[in-house]
Amino acid sequence: MSSQLIQGNEACAWGALKAGVKFCAGYPITPSTDVVELLAQELPKAGGRFIQMEDEIASMGAVLGASVMGEKAMTVTSGPGFDLMQENIAFGAMAQLPCVVVNVQRSGPSTGGATLPAQGDLIQAKYGTSGDSPRIVLYPNSVEEIYRMTIQAFNYAEQYMTPVILLMDEIIGHMRENVDLEGVGDVEIVSRRRTDVPPAEYRPYAADETGIPILMPFGSGYRYVVQGMHHDVNGMPNTGAANVDATIRQINGKIDRHKERIWLWEEKETEDADILLVAVGCVSRSALEAVRQARRQGLKVGLFRPITVWPFPEEPLARALAHARAVLVPEMNWGQLIHKVKEVKPDAVKAVGLNKYDGTLIMPEEILKVIEEVRA
Amino acid sequence: MSWKDYIKEDMFPLFTCAGCTHGTVTNAFARVADELKLDKDKTVIVCAIGCAGRIPTFLDFPVLRVTHGRALAFATGIKLSHPEMKVVALMGDGDALAIGGNHFIHAARRNIDITAIVSRNEIYGMTGGQYAPTTPPGARATTAPYGMLEPAFDTCKMAAGAGATYVARTDAYHVQHLQRTLKTALQHKGFGVVEVLTSCPTQFGRRNKVADPAKMLERIKALTVTQAQAERMTPEELEGKFVIGEFVNTSRPELTEIYARAFAGMGV
Repeated sequence: MSSQLIQGNEACAWGALKAGVKFCAGYPITPSTDVVELLAQELPKAGGRFIQMEDEIASMGAVLGASVMGEKAMTVTSGPGFDLMQENIAFGAMAQLPCVVVNVQRSGPSTGGATLPAQGDLIQAKYGTSGDSPRIVLYPNSVEEIYRMTIQAFNYAEQYMTPVILLMDEIIGHMRENVDLEGVGDVEIVSRRRTDVPPAEYRPYAADETGIPILMPFGSGYRYVVQGMHHDVNGMPNTGAANVDATIRQINGKIDRHKERIWLWEEKETEDADILLVAVGCVSRSALEAVRQARRQGLKVGLFRPITVWPFPEEPLARALAHARAVLVPEMNWGQLIHKVKEVKPDAVKAVGLNKYDGTLIMPEEILKVIEEVRA
Repeated sequence: MSWKDYIKEDMFPLFTCAGCTHGTVTNAFARVADELKLDKDKTVIVCAIGCAGRIPTFLDFPVLRVTHGRALAFATGIKLSHPEMKVVALMGDGDALAIGGNHFIHAARRNIDITAIVSRNEIYGMTGGQYAPTTPPGARATTAPYGMLEPAFDTCKMAAGAGATYVARTDAYHVQHLQRTLKTALQHKGFGVVEVLTSCPTQFGRRNKVADPAKMLERIKALTVTQAQAERMTPEELEGKFVIGEFVNTSRPELTEIYARAFAGMGV
C-alpha cells in the first residue's frame, strides 16, 4: 500500500487498533477528539467497544473497568480532561492495571486555548497525582512515530502493568504527513502475562523476579480484590508499615529497574556538539531545523530528543552532553523539561531555557537566535 | 454450597462498628447470592470508598474497589466490555449520590445491566460523621453543627426519573423484605437500583440521640411504611417517612444488547 496523507490523531487511532485495543471510553475535548471519533467508527469492526462517557473521570474509570477484565483499553483527552483523569490514573498505577491515556496537549491553564498548541503537561504527566506512583510517558514528534509510539504505549502498559501516557501536542495531533502505515513494518505486539497456577495458590500482587505482578482477568476463575487502598498480596486492605513500604517499592521499583529498556530517544549531531538542544514533540522539529542551519554555519550544535519523557532518559542525555558547554531547552511552557535537564547536566554546562507560552510554535530562527546569544 | 461460601469468613473480623447494619446488607446479599446460585466467576462486585464501599471486599467474588464515587463508571467498563458478566455495585449514599451522582444518573439513562445497591445510613461514617445528601433536615452532623440545612435526596425518584428500569426501597430492619428485594433486583435485566435504609449508631446515632443500635433499628421501623400504608396516608403524615417497596419494574432495551444488535455481523 502506498503512502497516504494522514493526520497525527488518526495515526494514533490506527496505532491503537494495530496494538489490539478493544475498549475506548472518551469525552469530547479539542484538540484530541479526532482520535475517539475514528475509534468510535472502527472499534466495532475490530470486535471492540467505544462509549462516550459523561465526563473524563468516568471515561478513565470505564477504561480501568475494561482493563481489569483483561482488555486493552484507552482513553483520549486534552489538558482540562487530563486534570480530571488524574485520580483514576493513580488508581491504575496503584492497582497495576494497564491502559493507555492519550493527552493531546493544548494551551492552559484551565480552558486556555482549545486549538492553541502548548507543552504544559510534561510535569503533570508524571507528578499530577497524589502520592508516589510510576508513570511511563511517551512523546512522539511525527505522524509515523505517533502510530509506532501508540503501539509502544500499549506494549509498555501490558508489559509493566501500569497506565502509560502518550503525550502529543496540538501541532503533531492535527498535522498531516504522508505515511505508509502498513509499511511501518512488523511491529511487536505485547500482551500482559498470564499464569496457570491453581487459583488457591494464586497471589495476584506477589510479583516474581521481574518485579511485575501477573493480574489474571476477572472472570477467569481467579477471585481477588483490586483496589487503590494499600493492599497485601491478595489485594486485601493492609496499611501495616512493612506492607505499605513493600507496595510503594514494588510499584515504583518495577519501572526503575527496567528503565533502560523503557528509554527511547533520538540524537542528531550529538557526537561533537558543544551546544546541545533538548526538545520534545513539535518543538523538536524546529530544533532539528535549527541544528541543520547551525551546522551549515559550521557550528557544533546537536539535538537530544527524549521520546520516553518519563522515566527521563538521564544516562543517554548525560552521554550526549559529553562535549557540551551549554544545553538549550526550547519548550512551549514556563519551563518544565529544563528541570530534568538541569538535574542531569554537569555543573560546568550552562543550561538555557527558551520558553514560549503564547500558543504559537517556537520557530527555528528563534532557537538560532538563542544559540547565537549562548555563543556570545 | 451455603451462603457462607459467598463470604471470606477467614478474613474476619469486619472493621465495622457494633450495631452497623451495612453488615446486614452484606449478609442478605450473600444469602440471595446463594439462593440464586450466582456464579462467582461470572459475577463482578464493584465498590468504592466509605464503610459501605469497604465491606464488599469480604465477598468471595472478583472485587474491584475503586475511587470515591466512581463504582458505576468502572462497572460500565466491565459490563460493556464483557456483557456476559453479572455486575453488582455496592455503594454508600455519599458515594453513590454525592460524589458519584453524575455516574448514577447516566448509568440509569443508559439502562446498562448493573445492579446498584445503595446503603442509606444518612451520614459519612468513615470520615467521622459529616452530613450526606441524604441527611434529614435538622439532623446533626459534624459539618452541620446547627442541624442539616439542606433537603435530602429521594434516591428512588431520582433513579426512576433518570431511567432506571428497576427501582425499590427496603431497609435493614425488615430483613425478609430486604432479601426478597435484592433477589428480584439481581434477576432484573437493566439498570436496577435498590436503596437500603441502614443505621450508623456511631456517627449518626451518637449525634442524634439514637446511639443505641437497637433504637436505631426501631427508628428505621418507625420511619418506614409500605406502599399500601402510604396510600392511606396524607402528604403531611408521609412527611419524613420512607415508603418501602417496588417503584419501578419495567423493561426497555438494555445498553449492551443495543450495542450487540447495532454491531451484529460487524467485527470478529
